[in-house]
Amino acid sequence: MGILRTFALGGIHPAEDKLSSNAPIETIPVPKQAIVPLGQNLGAPSKSIVKKGDMVKVGQLLAEAGGFISTPIHSPVSGKVFKIDNAIDGSGYKRPAIIINVEGDEWDESIDTSTKIESEIKLSPKEIIDRIKNCGVVGMGGATFPTYVKLMPPPGKTAEYLLINGVECEPYLTADHRLMLEKGQEIVIGIRILMNALNVEKAFIGIENNKPDAINHITELVKAYDGIEVQSLKVQYPQGGEKQLIKASLNREVPSGKLPIEVGCVVQNVGTAFAVYEAVQKNKPLFERVVTVTGKAVKKPSNFLARIGTPISQLIEAAEGLPEDTGKIIGGGPMMGKSVTSLDIPIVKGSSGLLLMKKEESSRPVASSCIRCSKCTNVCPMGLEPFLLSRAAKLGNFEMAENESIMDCIECGSCQYTCPAAIPLLDYLRLGKMKVGNIMRNRK
Amino acid sequence: MNKFTVSGSPHIYGDDSTKKIMYGVVIAMIPTILFSIYFFGVDAIRVFVIAIAASIFFEWVIQKYLIKGPLTINDGSALVTAILLALNLPSNLPSWIIIIGALVAIGMAKMSFGGLGKNVFNPALVARVFLLVSFPVQMTSWPKPSPITDGLADVITGPTPLGFLKENLDAGKSISELKSQLPTYTQGLMGDMGGSMGEVSALALILGGVYMLWKKIITWHIPVSMLLTVAIFSGIFWGIDPEHYADPVFHMLTGGMLLGAIFMATDMVTSPMTKSGQLVFGFGVGLLTILIRMWGAYPEGVSFAILLMNATVPLINKGFKPKRFGIVK
Repeated sequence: MGILRTFALGGIHPAEDKLSSNAPIETIPVPKQAIVPLGQNLGAPSKSIVKKGDMVKVGQLLAEAGGFISTPIHSPVSGKVFKIDNAIDGSGYKRPAIIINVEGDEWDESIDTSTKIESEIKLSPKEIIDRIKNCGVVGMGGATFPTYVKLMPPPGKTAEYLLINGVECEPYLTADHRLMLEKGQEIVIGIRILMNALNVEKAFIGIENNKPDAINHITELVKAYDGIEVQSLKVQYPQGGEKQLIKASLNREVPSGKLPIEVGCVVQNVGTAFAVYEAVQKNKPLFERVVTVTGKAVKKPSNFLARIGTPISQLIEAAEGLPEDTGKIIGGGPMMGKSVTSLDIPIVKGSSGLLLMKKEESSRPVASSCIRCSKCTNVCPMGLEPFLLSRAAKLGNFEMAENESIMDCIECGSCQYTCPAAIPLLDYLRLGKMKVGNIMRNRK
Repeated sequence: MNKFTVSGSPHIYGDDSTKKIMYGVVIAMIPTILFSIYFFGVDAIRVFVIAIAASIFFEWVIQKYLIKGPLTINDGSALVTAILLALNLPSNLPSWIIIIGALVAIGMAKMSFGGLGKNVFNPALVARVFLLVSFPVQMTSWPKPSPITDGLADVITGPTPLGFLKENLDAGKSISELKSQLPTYTQGLMGDMGGSMGEVSALALILGGVYMLWKKIITWHIPVSMLLTVAIFSGIFWGIDPEHYADPVFHMLTGGMLLGAIFMATDMVTSPMTKSGQLVFGFGVGLLTILIRMWGAYPEGVSFAILLMNATVPLINKGFKPKRFGIVK
């Protein structure tokens, strides 16, 4: 495999705990009722175009994009619109959602439901981008940034490389890993499609070397294509961060406050590449995804293909039930995921995993005084000083926080994970980022 | 209705803790503690016991009755300060002076700044310097090491090699005349020479340093930069005039050089936060030490050098930032 690449600054290596890496993807039956939140992408929420009582088919448009950075939403089920109302989502707040009572499983005729792998790319770059936009594809790694926006570099900027993120550096999560093993061919075609859309000659797929089977499988598959190369990366968190991945793959540094396109890169997740394949080759909108359900007390750590809108309780049941000892449920991975408040919340486009933590793992260790060990600074992948920034935020010195580059924080949590005094550094950093962000916007 | 904990990310934590770090330092000091007991016998045990008991007692009293905050005497930090203080004292120091030392270290240098993590100066060194200027006679009558295995002989006191050297060089003698009365490198390495309890065996100190590097309690930056600075500067003068300047190895093995470089200058609380800052800090400590040793009024300068550099830490932290991602200066 040669020398393993990784990013240069900071980084940690938490226990990997990939309990479900050998569990093949299982399809979850359609739910009785689907709750489809209207805010499923980073940016403006979508606008509903259906009303109570409407009959919908799987894949039918439910809501259109609500702005430039927004995406349409399609029905993940067939049935009758029960109501459009507020429902609790992963944020813990009640937000507008389309609730559909499921009847059967009737798919829109325009979707190609055959299992044949479609490798010939017929659409032009512009048509590809339109299709990705119309199919509601967003970043599947969890950030849910509308994919088509990334495919349209701003004037004056051109993409040179496409980087595909198969890192899955979060402990526990295995959805991308399984997808690479089981849908490798589709992913590679999806990558080819994205390369066409961006008009780039070269794509790198970054995979950490704790997934040798995925590295071998994808390496084998890309042999048939020019310009696609697998890079095996040393396991280090947060390598799945865009800026860290670009640094690891190409040794390029995205300037502070800028996007990857500044250094000629566009980064997409492997899950996104798969969604792109389905959208472009099968005309299938994004209405289902792979979700890892895992945790130390979970009886059957699993990877499920679930429709958007399926309540998480149904996935937990499929993993042989909620362990009695569950103290916390996390949507996403343990480093950056959000703890959820209820079992009724639905799977959304950005749901990469459900992590069930035991009670003993659920509470934070008690914080004590900073002993100025500087470990937070040593592990920060952005070269920041979390002890200083958190203190500035705590004391309300936002000018200092801004000058010390608080907005560069990617909220990876490495500092707080490492802190021997268990200080909630990231809580203060988030507060500081929010305040400084507001100050910066008001200045404009 | 299930009730789940809701908190911000991250949801997992590493296994490091303040307590682990503090007790790691204690483990690293064990070889030095054993060597000092070997050379100074029951008296050494007395110094350790009194320093530890007094330090923890003062920390408890101050936390409970003055600060009225949470009690953290179990975190190991008072224990570390106490052992470091003991290692900085001669083994024949009267018990009441040790107690005053503990009060100064814990009360004045640590708790009056707000407790663990908030002090500017290394507490054990503040106490040592306080005692040195307050009780100069008691603090500089060093018992000659006499291994326990030799039986309980009468304790003979004498100067440290550095004190002996300074006195005689000032009196106009040359190093070649004194050579026979200075410790050999082997004696220096093992600790068979006069000095504070922890300043004797270089070998034991290095062992502790290696342990702390392995456990990632310290990094190499401060000790290496400090010792390299000392080696280079003392080497230059020794090269020019070996009759009046001691060689670098002598400087390394004597006095508080290694105790300072490994255990005192590396104190997390009172040293800089970045690698580059730590290199600057180590350089400063090394330079000041050698200046004091060669031309100062005291034969030994490590304590003063570290305390002086402690005062510059906020400035160093401001001036030496980590390399930021995506920002080109």
